[in-house]
Amino acid sequence: MTQKILNGIVLDEQTELTLNDLCCACSSSAEWIIELVEEGALEPVNLKLLGQQQTQWRFSVNALQRARTAMRLQRDLGINLAGIALTLDLLDEINTLEARLRRIEIKQA
Amino acid sequence: MEFKDYYKIMGVEKDASQDEIKRAYKKLARKYHPDVSKEADAEERFKEVGEAYEALKDPEKRAAYDRLGANWKAGQDFNPPPDWDAGFEFNGGGFTGGDAADFSDFFESLFGHGFGSAQARRPRGGFNARGNDHHAKVLINLEDAYHGASRSITLQTPQLDNSGHVINKQRTLNVKIPRGVKQGQRIRLSGQGSPGMGQAPAGDLYLEIEFNPHSIYKIDGHDVYLDLPVTPWEAALGATLKVPTPDGTVDLKIAAGTTSGRKHRLKARGIPGNPPGDLYVVPQITLPPADSDTAKALYHKMEQELAYNPRKKLGV
Repeated sequence: MTQKILNGIVLDEQTELTLNDLCCACSSSAEWIIELVEEGALEPVNLKLLGQQQTQWRFSVNALQRARTAMRLQRDLGINLAGIALTLDLLDEINTLEARLRRIEIKQA
Repeated sequence: MEFKDYYKIMGVEKDASQDEIKRAYKKLARKYHPDVSKEADAEERFKEVGEAYEALKDPEKRAAYDRLGANWKAGQDFNPPPDWDAGFEFNGGGFTGGDAADFSDFFESLFGHGFGSAQARRPRGGFNARGNDHHAKVLINLEDAYHGASRSITLQTPQLDNSGHVINKQRTLNVKIPRGVKQGQRIRLSGQGSPGMGQAPAGDLYLEIEFNPHSIYKIDGHDVYLDLPVTPWEAALGATLKVPTPDGTVDLKIAAGTTSGRKHRLKARGIPGNPPGDLYVVPQITLPPADSDTAKALYHKMEQELAYNPRKKLGV
């Protein structure tokens, strides 16, 4: 049986997601995403613009990854929002350091 | 089906108290949580621990499990004896958040299935509800990122059958992997998630790109690295060498006096994109073995005629 080949959209650095996109991707309520933003665990890319004119929040693709990790941390480990925000920041830092380490290892190999 | 030793998985004694089991679970859940853990088999272990806890945290399930007897060893071929659960009723003594759909056949043969799934994927309420989004990883080869490819992906979608039981339905999709994708990047397929309820649209499917480890290339973002073995005379005299790239063989000129580890950048021959990545070729000088009289004679000749002391700077 031949099947149609589906074309998706590659989410790159330029892609912006709406609050609704994040809610759907995490099967969460908008309130929960808003709490993450208030805790500083997620930051809309246009947060600074919002003061000047009322527009919708837009999020980077990175926020999708963070929100999903946050969802699993809360569900699986029962971590509260402050703990989630801290964990996400530490995970980011570990990832940055590991990427640096990998680069150094590649160069020295 | 393999017998699973839930006590061993949790690292507790058979007579451990419920509190001890809970503590052991919390500790292991943190250790193996796939978002946090750096262990290679974290996801597998996390599921295993979740399953073990599911069985042991509920005193009734634990008692029934204990009654199977202590003679079973992990990994042994196992079939539950008839009536093993006589006197117990497992009507879902509260499941943890763990995804019950992932529990092993062993667990299901003891405690049945369909317990946590409904909770883990609760419908989003209302009659017209958008379908859930789905997330999956897709493994591709480095070459696919250069040329683009299509991948067939099989997804397990839990669905309610007519009698309200959760069943896993298999669905196969052919998906185009566009050229230029990077590690960790996502592709969104609109409307390929769970069907919506009522008039509402279906959810989306998110695919996360992951590269299979490559036998000769290393990948760093858009850049690709290749270790290129060279002979001492190629490095010393300079040479034009055939070099493999994911896009086909190219000729690379290395200068006389090239040292091991000196990177040669082939611009724009990394993963395509805007801007494209680079390919770095890193020469590694390898010594021919001195495993014949001729080879030994040649090395002796170099020793006598080159008068080379690589440790001069060390003052010896």
